[in-house]
Amino acid sequence: MSKTITINNVTRIEGHAKITLHLDDQGMVQDAQFHVTQFRGFEKLCEGRPFYEMPSLMARICGICPVSHLLASAKACDDLMAVAIPKTAIKLRKILNMAQIMQSHALSFFHLSAPDLLLGMDGDPASRNIFGLMKDHAQLVQDGIQLRKIGQEIIALLGGKRIHPSWVVPGGVNKPLSEEHRDQILASLGECRPIIHRTLEIYKSIQANFKEEIQTFANFPSLFLGLVSPGGNLEFYDGNIRVADAARNTIADQIDTLDFNDYLEESVEKFSYLKSPYYKAFGYPDGIYRVGPLARLNIIDRCGTPQADEEWAEFQGLQRGAVLSSFYFHYARLIEVLFCAEMMERLLQSKDILDPHVRAYAKPNSFEGIGVCEAPRGTLMHHYRINKNGKIEWANLVIATGHNNLAMNRGVLQTARHFVKGEKIEEGMLNRVEAVIRAFDPCLSCSTHAVGQMPLNIELLSASGTLLDSVKR
Amino acid sequence: MLASGQIKTLKIDGRDVSAHENQTILEVARENGIKIPTLCFLEGLSVRGSCRLCLVAIKGSPRLEPACTTRCREGMEVETDNPELHQFRKRILELIFAERNHVCSVCVSNGHCELQALGAEFGLTHVEVAYQFPNMPLDLSHDRFVVDHNRCILCARCIRVCDEIEGAHTWDMMGRGKDARIISDMNEPWGESESCTSCGKCVQVCPTGALFEKGKSVAEMAKQRQFLPYLTIMRGGKR
Repeated sequence: MSKTITINNVTRIEGHAKITLHLDDQGMVQDAQFHVTQFRGFEKLCEGRPFYEMPSLMARICGICPVSHLLASAKACDDLMAVAIPKTAIKLRKILNMAQIMQSHALSFFHLSAPDLLLGMDGDPASRNIFGLMKDHAQLVQDGIQLRKIGQEIIALLGGKRIHPSWVVPGGVNKPLSEEHRDQILASLGECRPIIHRTLEIYKSIQANFKEEIQTFANFPSLFLGLVSPGGNLEFYDGNIRVADAARNTIADQIDTLDFNDYLEESVEKFSYLKSPYYKAFGYPDGIYRVGPLARLNIIDRCGTPQADEEWAEFQGLQRGAVLSSFYFHYARLIEVLFCAEMMERLLQSKDILDPHVRAYAKPNSFEGIGVCEAPRGTLMHHYRINKNGKIEWANLVIATGHNNLAMNRGVLQTARHFVKGEKIEEGMLNRVEAVIRAFDPCLSCSTHAVGQMPLNIELLSASGTLLDSVKR
Repeated sequence: MLASGQIKTLKIDGRDVSAHENQTILEVARENGIKIPTLCFLEGLSVRGSCRLCLVAIKGSPRLEPACTTRCREGMEVETDNPELHQFRKRILELIFAERNHVCSVCVSNGHCELQALGAEFGLTHVEVAYQFPNMPLDLSHDRFVVDHNRCILCARCIRVCDEIEGAHTWDMMGRGKDARIISDMNEPWGESESCTSCGKCVQVCPTGALFEKGKSVAEMAKQRQFLPYLTIMRGGKR
């Protein structure tokens, strides 16, 4: 008799989701779906508002990566005003973005995924969390909290507060950086280097314990998409879109971000509120691509900072061609944090960083605007249309997690097929199915454009839908 | 304001105070450093008495009176604050917050708003009446300013300053109750108004983020009201 296993909700992720596994008569996984069960409606509720309210309004999509939305939105507004914003403002926005990538990656790695990585996928779920981690890995937990704090404090020093700063405005930022704050940020960046190196060592020492997971965690050929600088370096704020295939061949390069609609199409699945974009030229579903840390490190020619480049060389050596296993998202995240620390330092030491000219003023000069930046989880696109008075008439957001939707679904199926067997639910099996999702570090609140706790509820349903077994934690 | 007639003596919160014949309880209270909360009142404009936040208890009177419109009388005993008044004022604020869509976090006036400041002062942690969530439009047609009816509390400061100080009378009120709305000219888009001089006084006197300068981002709209007393003095008190 065929059965359905539901993992509802998926834990240690950002937002609400459930996973359904369909088993055949032999108890083998036939199909798997990753459902995003929350609905937000930001694209609709911003209609009728003035466009210069958008950065702060859109930042409310997320409390973890508000900066990404601030920036993508502000860039879309810059485009509506058709202005070139001051160079110093660009640098300040870049630093803000990297501070956020640092804190968000720290959250993903230390708070959400480290319990799986250090306590084992089959560890007792009661203690397989950050509190359980404190017992034997106190230093690591402290490092994680510290790293996240440093990122958040840089955001606060720049933008006035940690979450939802209203510092980023259409045309630039609304206050220049003070010398005092610059020095404070530089000092904290010095503090975070040893943490990053320690964590990289720990990660590398445990990587070998996860051979099976590496083999099966969304490990398949796909396209990779992200921003690169004109020279092919790692880039989170500016730059153009590059698409590379599984062999690391560049398929499309230096696509103007304003033209992203020509390359990507969105499909809608009945089982999820999350849209599934795909690469138009390859069609659906062959146009499956991944974004985020793994994708970014697969498409670039180099990071562009010395220490991150050393690590990146090692990362690249993991596999011929592109690094395909989504398990390596974790590794990629740590390398990006290192890059951010180095790059922020470099930008803060530039001569014009304290320049008081940080904002350009203009009325709307263009009725359609697009803003693209790299969020911690991948490429983020905001696209607005306004009327002549500057009122938003239409908005479309393509969110990092959305890009990964097809890949996450396929990854869940691959992992479930390998680990989930038979009729008896074993907690460790299902945790691996969740862990593959965690590797992507999806932000579902963003991608459905919630807050709340996420209890795990697993149900084993018969083909007719009757409940056969359930596990709660 | 002007000394005329005789001096009245009265008690406010147990304190003996004196007032000129035409002075209101609010004026005398403020002269004596006694705080009474207000929203629709603004020094330099005519009084309207519509927000009811300044309601005070007067001994012997069966009902509460607004301090801004009630003139002092000989031997009056006024109480400006007690638990009941506090509760009433809090409830008024709740009703204002519930009536339209006041979302402080994404408002241009966040941190510079009189309504928000009063909410904080009265410890308004939540609203006990049902939010109305009306579908209110924005008028972005003016070249320099915006009116967002979602944040309007119908204090009519804009109407008064436009009429009494600028002399344009662009603004007025239309509709009743929950349907009341400020309008420019004959309910035409602000940008098409023939009477508006674009002086911006209405924007500066607005206590919330309902009227603001175009292009201001969240929390950037601090209102400048220093001009008002000067203008009133220059006019020699004439309205």
